[in-house]
Amino acid sequence: MESTAHDFKHNVSDALANPNLQDSLAMLKVGFSERRRLAAERLPEFELLRDRARDIKNHALANLDFYLEEFERKVIALGGHVHWAPTAADARRIITDLCKSVGARTVAKSKSMVAEEIALNDHLEEAGIAPIETDLGEYIIQLRKEPPSHIIAPAVHLTKDQVADTFLEHHGPLGFTKRLTERNDLVAEARYVLRQKFLDADVGLTGANFLVAETGSSMLVTNEGNADLSNTLPKMHIVLATIEKVIPTLEDAAVLLRVLARSATGQESSAYTTLNTGPKRDGDLDGPSAYHVVILDNGRSSVLGTEMQEILRCIRCGACMNHCPVYGAIGGHAYGWVYPGPIGAVLTPQLIGVEEAGNLPNASTFCGRCESVCPVRIPLPKLMRHWREREFERHLTPKAVRQGLALWSFLARRPKLYRRLTGIANRVLALFGRADGRYGTLPLAGGWTRFRDFPAPQAGGTFHAQWARHGGARTRP
Amino acid sequence: MSDDSSPRSQILNGIRRSLQRGPLSGEAKQAVEARLAAPPRGPDVARARLPQPEKVALFCQWAETNNATVARVAAGDVPGEVSNYLARNNLPARAAMAPSPLLEGYDWASQKMLSLRRGRGEGSDQVSITGAFAGIAETGTLVMASGPDHPVTLNLLPDTHVVVLREADIVGGYEDVWERLRARYGKDRMPRTVNTITGPSRTGDIEQAMELGAHGPRRMHIVVVRE
Amino acid sequence: MVPVVSNLHDKHSPPARRVALFVTCLVDLFRPSVGFAAIKLLEDAGCIVEVPPLQVCCGQPAYNSGDRATTRAIATQIIDAFEGYEAVVAPSGSCGGMLSHHYPGLFDDDPAMKARAENLAGRSYELMSFLVDVLGVDKVAARYEGTVTYHDSCSGLRELGVKAQPRRLLGSVEGLKLSEMKTPEVCCGFGGTFCVKYPEISNAMVGEKSGDIAATGAGTLLAGDLGCLMNMAGKLQREGSAVQVRHVAEVLADMGSIAPIGEPEGGEPETVTR
Repeated sequence: MESTAHDFKHNVSDALANPNLQDSLAMLKVGFSERRRLAAERLPEFELLRDRARDIKNHALANLDFYLEEFERKVIALGGHVHWAPTAADARRIITDLCKSVGARTVAKSKSMVAEEIALNDHLEEAGIAPIETDLGEYIIQLRKEPPSHIIAPAVHLTKDQVADTFLEHHGPLGFTKRLTERNDLVAEARYVLRQKFLDADVGLTGANFLVAETGSSMLVTNEGNADLSNTLPKMHIVLATIEKVIPTLEDAAVLLRVLARSATGQESSAYTTLNTGPKRDGDLDGPSAYHVVILDNGRSSVLGTEMQEILRCIRCGACMNHCPVYGAIGGHAYGWVYPGPIGAVLTPQLIGVEEAGNLPNASTFCGRCESVCPVRIPLPKLMRHWREREFERHLTPKAVRQGLALWSFLARRPKLYRRLTGIANRVLALFGRADGRYGTLPLAGGWTRFRDFPAPQAGGTFHAQWARHGGARTRP
Repeated sequence: MSDDSSPRSQILNGIRRSLQRGPLSGEAKQAVEARLAAPPRGPDVARARLPQPEKVALFCQWAETNNATVARVAAGDVPGEVSNYLARNNLPARAAMAPSPLLEGYDWASQKMLSLRRGRGEGSDQVSITGAFAGIAETGTLVMASGPDHPVTLNLLPDTHVVVLREADIVGGYEDVWERLRARYGKDRMPRTVNTITGPSRTGDIEQAMELGAHGPRRMHIVVVRE
Repeated sequence: MVPVVSNLHDKHSPPARRVALFVTCLVDLFRPSVGFAAIKLLEDAGCIVEVPPLQVCCGQPAYNSGDRATTRAIATQIIDAFEGYEAVVAPSGSCGGMLSHHYPGLFDDDPAMKARAENLAGRSYELMSFLVDVLGVDKVAARYEGTVTYHDSCSGLRELGVKAQPRRLLGSVEGLKLSEMKTPEVCCGFGGTFCVKYPEISNAMVGEKSGDIAATGAGTLLAGDLGCLMNMAGKLQREGSAVQVRHVAEVLADMGSIAPIGEPEGGEPETVTR
């Protein structure tokens, strides 16, 4: 998708002025975090499992080449195919060619953030192949021609009424002419419409939550069962997954599954967790006759061994955005590209360039709530800070910030001069603010005073001035 | 396996460059191979380490929490329970059934009104009846292994999925299922599809409110068979 | 009424500790009373408090703007300034966390400085945590009439585990009742330079916070970090709220009668020399 990350501040203004979005975010902020908290409390081993999940992913990353080769060997042994795609363009070409090889007209797609990352739908459409999103949220936003606003709840920015209008507009021509008002009716209508599309699809395309090296299996976690229909009904199943999805064994998967569902939705387990291993076997009554795995790099191998490596542990649960107060204020679209929230603030500059997405790692208070809930303990604030350091090194930091910082650091390194100047500043500010105790406007502080009053300093001089004046004794009771 | 300019080599060599080493060899390679051969388990989840009867009870409790319904019956009463369940819920007495030896041990002929079709699931099926490879007590999860005796479509297409699960097949956690799968199918040969299913299909995609029956079954009834 | 006795007089009181106060730049410039409150609390708990003169700022503005070289220079200055003290205590979780959690990582390529940074990190504390966890203080001699609510500032909470300590001490303040917010742990939107770089987002966050504060019915908002307090006070006052905003140390040190943050002071400040 076309990035608008460079326009972040403009996106923010739009998001804050969008009442439907703000209503949806109000629900998200309490819902997800409370459910996750309860789920974590119900499992005494949860913190130990998080440690283990982190260690498993670290081990897999340290031996990534080995496990990818092992995975490939197992897939081939059971009659599947593995395709290696260094770039997004390679993956798009491989998938389009595979679809063409079976004369596909429609592709049933199960929600895949990687497919969003490589803008697969646009390319399939250009090749005359219709991608049909089957995850309910993805389906809704596909009809509305919007990008996802959340990695596990792509339509979380919409209200029920907006969905009802969208369905009326798009399902009306299919004979569904009543505007629905109940959620369960909306779900039932989508189920009915999509069921036929599943039955007609030539290819099923899914992502993967994990690739299991031990068995050559792709593992998918959903609640709806759409991924399972996508990998069962069409004659070809294509799995699109990035290199860091590979994990060693099924035992490792068990650990990761335990933290994934709880972190994502607060469920003990998602409704469907499915292992697919190769195509339909002899005697099977259903299943695809061809099974292809497309392994995409798209820049990830170059992240290994760098200070950003820890981001490759991510299992895409969405907990970081569910708990992020910035995401909670502005929603996912404001981030301007595929991955929103704290994970997006780290990943997006990596994938589309820090020149384009430089605002994202800066738009954080470093409150640390994301890190505190991350199931694989990614130090997201630290990684955002690394981006700020790279921006600073490359002189991408805004000029006003650099100049302010230069002046401040000059003073901060000269304590005596600093002391004299803060003494003056304190007295001047106190003098002007004494009547009200605060300022409604203040020169050079428009960013603050546009929305907030600015408290005036206490009278009597700075702390250090008072301390010195009285020879190191207290001046206030 | 392939020349250096192949996409495969590009990726693998890129990884090795970043990790500042060549392909794994010697002790490092032996260590990961040993880890694959004898997979270490993660932290033990205490709540499912129970004697078998309590495991069965825990399974039933979690399955119900996850919106499935559960009936515990003796082997002789399985067909009757299935018929009654369909009648109680005003569902048609007509079902697609897995052609599984697990299910053939029951006297389905005793249910005169129940019409069964053995085979895969079709879009028009209202009800399916399948066995289960295992049940996971920790989360009330069913494990379905695909094969000629268990078409995957039966798990997904019908509105109502009735599952017959033997108490003896209820285990503690995922790890116990993996062991059973390896024992049954071989370590290097998983079934085409292993579906682990926890309750009916659901979605929270509209306003985060959970609604059942998104794409898969709206109703799941689990008949737990006493030994 | 049973008189409340501070730890200074407990028979098990430990030998006096020589503690350095890290004033923090915001307290220095805007609210010296927080520094004096911290000194009183530490002295009441039996510490000998000193204020090293060459301290300025912990370096967070540079650190969080990606300017590592300046951060290292400032950190080096702070490490020098606080050499030799048994403990370094800051009335701020954010500045305390900078010293105790972030300084060592600045010197990964300089083993000698890293060792010094780790040494400082090992004896740096946030005030509430130092009082309760290290000194074992469980009550204070203070009175504050009214209902207060307490905001958990992010660094203190998540880096340093400051959560129960201030509540425990507030529980001993006569006349004070605590009414919790729905989400006291959610960031107020201050974030240092964040609040002026992204004022609209910051405003949305602090707006939500002020709603949460109002819903408690409390007449006073307390927290342990002056940056967050100035942000929340500024928003509450812009909204016309009557909620008084104070640093928790001031209330615990029985200095609850001085003017709240952002309110005019009545008359000249009292000066007492001991």
